[in-house]
Amino acid sequence: MSNIKFKLNGQDVDLNLDPSMRLLDVLRNHFQLTGPKEGCGEGECGACAVLLDGHIVHSCCLPLANVHEKEVVTIEGFSKTKRYQALADAMLEEGGSQCGICTPGMMIAAESLLSQNPKPTEDEIRIGISGNLCRCTGYNMIVKAIKTASKKGDGLW
Amino acid sequence: MRDISKSIPKEDHVEKVSGRALYVSDIKMDRMLFAKTVRSIHPKAKIESIEIPELPKDYFIVDYKDIPGENYVKMIFEDWPIFAENTVNYIGDPIMLVVGKNKHIINQIIEQIKIEYKILKPMFDYKKSVINKKFTKGNIKKAFVKPFKKVSGIYETGYQEQAYIEPQGFIAYPEGEKKITLIGSIQCPYYVKNAVIVALGCENDEVRVIQPTVGGAFGGKEEFPSVMACQLAVAVRKIGRPIKMIYEREEDMEVTTKRHPSKIKLTAAVDENHHIKGIKAYVSLDSGAYMGLSGVVLARAMIAATDAYTIDNLDVSGDVYETNTVPNGAFRGFGSPQMIFAFEMFMNHIAKELDIDPLPFRLNHLAKQNDLTSTSGIFRDPIIMEKMIQKAMEISDYKNKYKAYQDSSVFKGIGMSWFLHGCGFTGSGESTHIKAKVKLRKDKNNQVYILVAAVEMGQGAKTSLKKIVVQTLDIPSKQVTFNNPDTDFVPDSGPTVASRTIMIVGGLLARAALKLKETWIEDQEMEIIENYQQPEYIEWDEDTMQGDAYPAYSWGVNIVEVEVSPVTYQTNLKGIWSVYDAGKSIDDRLVLGQADGGIAQGVAYGYLEVMKHEKGKIRQKTMTDYIIPTAVDMPRTETVIMENPYILGPYGAKGVGELTLVGGAPAVALAIEQAITKKVKKIPATPEYIMELINHE
Repeated sequence: MSNIKFKLNGQDVDLNLDPSMRLLDVLRNHFQLTGPKEGCGEGECGACAVLLDGHIVHSCCLPLANVHEKEVVTIEGFSKTKRYQALADAMLEEGGSQCGICTPGMMIAAESLLSQNPKPTEDEIRIGISGNLCRCTGYNMIVKAIKTASKKGDGLW
Repeated sequence: MRDISKSIPKEDHVEKVSGRALYVSDIKMDRMLFAKTVRSIHPKAKIESIEIPELPKDYFIVDYKDIPGENYVKMIFEDWPIFAENTVNYIGDPIMLVVGKNKHIINQIIEQIKIEYKILKPMFDYKKSVINKKFTKGNIKKAFVKPFKKVSGIYETGYQEQAYIEPQGFIAYPEGEKKITLIGSIQCPYYVKNAVIVALGCENDEVRVIQPTVGGAFGGKEEFPSVMACQLAVAVRKIGRPIKMIYEREEDMEVTTKRHPSKIKLTAAVDENHHIKGIKAYVSLDSGAYMGLSGVVLARAMIAATDAYTIDNLDVSGDVYETNTVPNGAFRGFGSPQMIFAFEMFMNHIAKELDIDPLPFRLNHLAKQNDLTSTSGIFRDPIIMEKMIQKAMEISDYKNKYKAYQDSSVFKGIGMSWFLHGCGFTGSGESTHIKAKVKLRKDKNNQVYILVAAVEMGQGAKTSLKKIVVQTLDIPSKQVTFNNPDTDFVPDSGPTVASRTIMIVGGLLARAALKLKETWIEDQEMEIIENYQQPEYIEWDEDTMQGDAYPAYSWGVNIVEVEVSPVTYQTNLKGIWSVYDAGKSIDDRLVLGQADGGIAQGVAYGYLEVMKHEKGKIRQKTMTDYIIPTAVDMPRTETVIMENPYILGPYGAKGVGELTLVGGAPAVALAIEQAITKKVKKIPATPEYIMELINHE
């Protein structure tokens, strides 16, 4: 057991847990944050993606110890922001979500990309979300949605 | 009235984008236990003895001895056991569940279980045929008398894994004294319910099945969930507490159903005018250890034997072979992708043998309205393929690219596939087996409830079916409610499979809505039930496979452009163009979404997705080893929907889900073929296979 302190969706948290636990399990089981999903458990599919200090990470491969003194944002936290709303509107308009299991991770990937590169090209978008697998959409509509969000949400990123 | 095709917001958008949608793994219950499956490690063996360690309190073993009803998973045959009894028939065959509170302790118990096997000789070759089917058309003997040219080809296809991002899972719990309720990631609530009733040997009202949000299925959650459901229901009956079983990715990939590997032999007799007189087609499918739905998959493959073409004389036969490997099953397309790959390649290969341009040769054989289908039914409805082909060639600049890429030094290619897909169940399935029933209920406040067993699994069923009802009733959208199916409330409108949801279930809902509208009494409770009725002119003989195999067909054209590296033999997709006739789209954006996702799976089936077994052991059982396309692998796609309303479909709609997959593999394979100037006869066309073709042919 170790004392782990971090910021989760804007709130300070202080846990006494096994530091080798997967961040994904801590989020889902201790905080009931079920937005991050387990798709593969080995960092391939990105369904478990969260933001760690603003950058995308796969929470299924991240030991709890690695978030000590850092800031974690899950889809639940991100969904309270204006940037989220711009992305969500664009996903609706372009049809970027089908079964929805990859969608929270895709939203996190899009946020991570746009916060570093507010005006990405199509190729940059494809590279930016290439760590997130989607089996429903063929990615076309997700790519368009991110482009639309970047345009319509101009100034947010 | 507004055009129904005009897109509306997706019904489940907000909950999915915000991460609030609840999938089965997100659901927790008080006193909940977990279950894990103990499986065979041999492809074929007799179980000699099982030694169970002493179990801690509140840990349980559940096996065949606990089954109160029959030990088989109700599908078509009765050969698929819920738990193995004396023999195991594939690596992964379930023997028992270990159930308890702590997953680590469950794993420790599993490690201590000792199973002694007597190893038997497994079968991996196509030798033991369990199902054989056959049909003919015209006079095949006559067609093969002294042909101008006889051409043959053998085509092979590999496994394909559905790779839904949400692994399979269930939570089951006792409800009251007798009832067991199951919440699971499923496509077919009533398949699950009916299977569990047989397993428990219980009454109809003792099993309830509820669908949560489903994270992708693609056929993978058609029949396999019944296996898990039966096991868990037996466990709940024994233990009396809620039990959750979610597969980890590795287990899911190793033991759940996949697309059947196939070998297809085609032989054509061609006359001096380059017209095909007759074709002999032989399809063999590897079913794995149990038959499951393999017979129906074989039927769909055989019926697709001449793809989108009309051939007057046919001899079509096929076998399903039992092997000691993981059972194969439903996957979007259901036998048709294998056959359409083989046939499209074959048409081009015949043209090559004749040393003629494949395009006019193919066009001369294209099916037309009133032609006889492969099973001697009739293509009753207008076929607009020529217009569709024209359009596809136009938007892709096909002709110029094709000409330029005939230069073998550029290592570029463009491939075009034509295809059809029969909508709804094969043969008389809808009328004799499914007998779909839908219900609309109106309460005193004039809120209308859609009661069907159709599952939203990403394809947009909720949005589309609701749209049909809203538009027909001509009332505000918020006045209509479509909750996820719960078998305690919805009638059996059939499984969410076979591109039948819009055409069949949607068609029934449109009729029910019209009746409700015509008899509408304000502020009064009302209920309308509609039952499926086969159009009278449809005749089908299941034994001889003669007649109208499907009530309607959707049609498509795919064009894929590739560049193959002459150094690494890797294929890069440069562009994808598609044109579809799915009757009338109920929602353009949803249809285009199906088109994008379907072609990605279809093309990847043709060049990227490799799964093999070695002596019965699946080699690619993680997302690292089994490669599906990423956003970087996929090029931009362009799709055109062409309207060709089907008179019996709701607003003219036909099926669309599977159609968008079936042409992908031949389109990419034909493009690779042009790029490397070698005949591609096997998919996936991997760099290794391409190297072999270039170096050894």
